[in-house]
Amino acid sequence: MPTDTRLAGPALHLADSLWQDAAIKFGNTAGAVLGFLGVLLAVFFAAGRATGRFSRPLAVVLMLGPAALLLVVGLVVPLLRTVYLSFYDADAAKFVGGKNYGWAATSSQIHDVLLNTLLWLVVAPVAATGLGLLLAMLVDRMRGQAIYKSLIFMPMAVSLVAASLIFKLLYESRGSGQNQVGLLSQLAVAVGWDDPPNWILSQPLNNFLLMSAMVWVQTGFAMVVLSAAIKAIPDEITEAARLDGATGVRLFLHVTVPMIRTTLVVVLTTIMIITLKAFDIVRTMTGGNFGTQVLANEMYSQSFEQYNTGRGSALAVILFLAVAPLVVYNIALLRKERATR
Amino acid sequence: MSAEPTLDKAAAPGTGKAARSDLPPAKAIRRAFSSPLASALVIAVTVLWTIPTVGLLVTSLRPKQDVVSSGWWEAFVHPDLGLENYHSVLFDNSFGTSGGLMPYLVNSVAIAIPATVFPLVLAAMAAYVLAWVRFKGSDTLFFVVFALQVVPLQMSLIPLLRLFSTGAHLGSVTLVPALGLKDSYLPVWLTHTMFALPLAIFLLHNFIAQLPRDLMEAAVVDGASHFKIFRSIVLPLSAPALASFAIFQFLWVWNDLLVALTFAGGNPTVAPITSRLAQLSGSDSSHWELLSAGAFLSMIIPLAVFFALQRYFVRGLLAGSVKG
Repeated sequence: MPTDTRLAGPALHLADSLWQDAAIKFGNTAGAVLGFLGVLLAVFFAAGRATGRFSRPLAVVLMLGPAALLLVVGLVVPLLRTVYLSFYDADAAKFVGGKNYGWAATSSQIHDVLLNTLLWLVVAPVAATGLGLLLAMLVDRMRGQAIYKSLIFMPMAVSLVAASLIFKLLYESRGSGQNQVGLLSQLAVAVGWDDPPNWILSQPLNNFLLMSAMVWVQTGFAMVVLSAAIKAIPDEITEAARLDGATGVRLFLHVTVPMIRTTLVVVLTTIMIITLKAFDIVRTMTGGNFGTQVLANEMYSQSFEQYNTGRGSALAVILFLAVAPLVVYNIALLRKERATR
Repeated sequence: MSAEPTLDKAAAPGTGKAARSDLPPAKAIRRAFSSPLASALVIAVTVLWTIPTVGLLVTSLRPKQDVVSSGWWEAFVHPDLGLENYHSVLFDNSFGTSGGLMPYLVNSVAIAIPATVFPLVLAAMAAYVLAWVRFKGSDTLFFVVFALQVVPLQMSLIPLLRLFSTGAHLGSVTLVPALGLKDSYLPVWLTHTMFALPLAIFLLHNFIAQLPRDLMEAAVVDGASHFKIFRSIVLPLSAPALASFAIFQFLWVWNDLLVALTFAGGNPTVAPITSRLAQLSGSDSSHWELLSAGAFLSMIIPLAVFFALQRYFVRGLLAGSVKG
């Protein structure tokens, strides 16, 4: 392991202890993985010797059991428990009926949150899917398309936290007279806007600036999936349309788009689901302040900053009710698409 | 992915139809969208998509006084780049934390690897049983697992946090004692594993169910146990599906913030780099030379995985493995 020799004295000591700490953590992690696999192998070896009528149920219990147990403990029970807690007060001590839902329905603060969430739900997925479709059509016939695709797709690999920091730097603002360090402010100055606003604080513009980070991440996903769908359209169909005189944009609108409609909707709903559940961008860029709060982040704040489990649970249930139909629709479409392929 | 070469020959002469144009249809559509304008547009979007990342990278390489006094683009006029910021963000006591971001980066690795291996193995076993070891109710069970994909992570956070911190009680009976897991990776590993299972079982089931029946039956005739079949037939043959899912899960866990923040907070013994960066973004937002270096450090491993294994990643995407 590399130790930095430029450091001297206490700093060297600190660096050493950091590497020691890392070694211990990696040791524990490796131990956990190897222990897990070792236990499995041992169980497999022992259970594999069983014969007769017990061998089958034994296989079912040992191979399905761990996953089933984790699903019950991690998903099924918490699901019921969260619904239950949503009818209790902040400390989960007293039954309060629908009070938490009443709060969510009437509080003006939550109204703004829901409105913002709706805005996110419409704008970010439509923008990302539309731009992705355009790029999928355009990039396919370019030389060196792999490079363009990779670069546009790359944000998909980055965490939303990192994406938020990248955009926060882009929107960084300084008072007039100072050198701007954010590119957006600098561009504003360059076109003659001497005193550009502090972007992150400007409502309601800041909501759209935050959404840009989501669009930046998701456009590549839309492009890659739609590009594959376009390539899968049978040649006979486009040829027939062309013989009927369809060309250019009309061919695209009346043949290509209908042929990939299912994929288009799958992409759109997938990005909608991701958008609804994501709280990372808002949390990292504004912390939900300056009129940018969304449902997922409000749920986190109520639960783990205000420690109001009742309200937090009610917001989680609302989020669940919003996401569930989208997921069901998305999965149904995905299956239909598989079946027709 | 590229079907172009064969398409050229698709418009074979003699079919009569193709004689009306010397271009195959797929190309014709693309031609409609091809013009210097279209190419310029793609290049413009690509540049637009890349500039923000370049800005972050350049900022992270500039000395502190430059970052404070001028924009990162000035570095192209007065280049003065170095790795000092990375050194101080990793090891120094900057940022008000002892030891910088190094412990968090270590935590990210220590969280992501088990949180990828555990669900992968457990889901593969479950998928095999649900696909090949039929029993009463196995179809129903598969449907229930499939349906659990609907549940968002947020629905489990409060109950799971209570389970990990205070245990589980039914009346006065303690079902699970308080486990004292505050400084352990276990809650984070377990939560990621639990939430990966529905999608993982579903995807791997799709793949494993399509393995050749003859092969399975031959193995049973030879007297192989289910454990043996799983180990020596199912696992090796499912390698592509396992690889796709593993890459997805690794990137998902590495980039996750919600589970990290809920179950590890900012605790340097267990919290990954994402949760620390999210906190610093609020509290230390003026230190761009350090924030940018920290953000870029958090991106190096996922970007390496992404560029090295992009093919599997795309294949996984097209198979529908998108988690939100």
